[in-house]
Amino acid sequence: MGMTMTQKILAAHAGLPEVRAGQLIEAKLDLVLGNDITSPVAIDEFEKCGAHSVFDRGRIALVMDHFTPNKDIKSAEQCLQVRSFAGKYGIRNFFDVGRMGIEHALLPEQGLVGPGDCVIGADSHTCTYGALGAFSTGVGSTDMAAGMITGKAWFKVPSAIRVVLTGKPGRWIGGKDVILHLIGRIGVDGALYRSLEFTGEGLKHLGMADRLTIANMAIEAGASNGIFPVDAVTEDYEKGRLGRAPVVYEADADAAYDETVEIDLSSLRPVVAFPHLPSNTKTIDEAGKVRIDQSVIGSCTNGRIEDLRVAASILKGRKVAAGVRCIVIPATQQIYLAAVREGLAEIFVEAGAVFSTPTCGPCLGGHMGVLAEGERAVSTTNRNFVGRMGHVKSEVYLAGPAVAAASAVTGYLTDPDKIGAKGSLEDEGTRNRP
Amino acid sequence: MKAHGTVHKYGDNVNTDVIIPARYLNTASHGELAAHCMEDIDKNFVKSVKPGDIIVAGKNFGCGSSREHAPIAIRASGVSCVIASSFARIFYRNSINIGLPILECGAAAEEIGNGDEVDVDFDTGMIKNATTGKTYRAQPYPPFLQNIIRKGGLLKSISLD
Ligand code: SF4
Repeated sequence: MGMTMTQKILAAHAGLPEVRAGQLIEAKLDLVLGNDITSPVAIDEFEKCGAHSVFDRGRIALVMDHFTPNKDIKSAEQCLQVRSFAGKYGIRNFFDVGRMGIEHALLPEQGLVGPGDCVIGADSHTCTYGALGAFSTGVGSTDMAAGMITGKAWFKVPSAIRVVLTGKPGRWIGGKDVILHLIGRIGVDGALYRSLEFTGEGLKHLGMADRLTIANMAIEAGASNGIFPVDAVTEDYEKGRLGRAPVVYEADADAAYDETVEIDLSSLRPVVAFPHLPSNTKTIDEAGKVRIDQSVIGSCTNGRIEDLRVAASILKGRKVAAGVRCIVIPATQQIYLAAVREGLAEIFVEAGAVFSTPTCGPCLGGHMGVLAEGERAVSTTNRNFVGRMGHVKSEVYLAGPAVAAASAVTGYLTDPDKIGAKGSLEDEGTRNRP
Repeated sequence: MKAHGTVHKYGDNVNTDVIIPARYLNTASHGELAAHCMEDIDKNFVKSVKPGDIIVAGKNFGCGSSREHAPIAIRASGVSCVIASSFARIFYRNSINIGLPILECGAAAEEIGNGDEVDVDFDTGMIKNATTGKTYRAQPYPPFLQNIIRKGGLLKSISLD
């Protein structure tokens, strides 16, 4: 019996000819990641156990993204602790304010992760790099500390669900709609302890930004990782980024899968996940008239330049509805600069949106857009748990950038196809808020 | 290793955002984290939890963010063990790595009620509900993980040279 793509990468990194689902292995790591929230805990552990060096100064990435630019004194102290650690141990990939980006957008962009890699990060959305054909997964701070010391981590080899994509998606359909649709079908624990392996002829219609969004939310289905085959889209993306030859693994033809899920991309409608689970999905057509107070366009899920372009194409020449705060956050400095150069920043500001420096900020209710009691946000982020973006009685509706931008314009969850030239709902007239 | 305590019962998909809300993540102090444990799902938890108490929950306990602050907050609040029908993957490994005992047992998770008194024997995986008299057997840990637990956590199990 053959191996899945994930199993092949794990076998290679464990130095084994083959691995089986359920097997416990120790694998070599190509990169160990931490951020300003999880690294301090790892550093405490690192120091407590008496370690005096890291396994490889070039294979650790520390990204100050969650509460930065420092939102308060405690956050400043956490960053200071990580900064000192990075200095003391000569960590090459330390990303501070001005150079940073949201970790999962930054690492692929900087070519720090690539096809065939085995990566752990003390952040659950580390699974994002599966889009590049890497095995990457979220772990805790203790795993991060051990990884920084030994360059290894223990894994239980996952079995897999195969997701076969067919057809060509419609105009406003992006990676977010694909993954929300999938989570809506299989549930937030539908892929628990397993890999999601994406395949099928529909892949050619999904660019790297879409794939990164999809892999990013594999964890929201409970998966250990999500992974895409390495194809022309991957090779194109890696050109000029990855300073080394990509290592390509393919699933064996006779690999075993627990189940197969088919998604016809051409049949998808924009999807919204209602509070308080990413699996609580409805299509925009079933959403009804849900008034929103805030629209957030950003995060490691949908803060890439492609996402900002979609949002700008809708906001151009239109205004954010009165009473709605629209917050646009490019995920990295490079994306920020591109958005400025392409004129997107101007479009956002003219529409009445906020255009922020890269940060996780509102995604985890940190800063830059925390919700009050009873408020609702539509957001391109990845979690809508109770209290995720602020008050326990606030609500988050997850959607792609097209729905988030269209909703910012009307003040209701809105189908991007249904807004008129000035932003009125074509079928409902201009919305008026008291 | 054994535990005995009063049960605090929760449902399915208890996520790390409610175990310890992100607004408290600007600290890694165990005491401060414990002071806000379960705050967004159960305001009374911090007031009522006693050393040794046990959390019992449904499926996918600890889903969401990878924050180790979640099992740390639970352990620091005095909880001796968590029993659930299933755990989210990262929470599972974090708990083992920091030495918070957790047990997967669907029947126990379903039948044990809030406020019940429960005895747990980690070596055998036996769970006894002292209130109803019923006993359950949880999945034992594979030897590889037993080794980490026996040595007192992941970092104590790696050799520094
Ligand atoms: S943007 Fe949100 S989900 Fe992504 S790393 Fe930051 S806090 Fe986590």
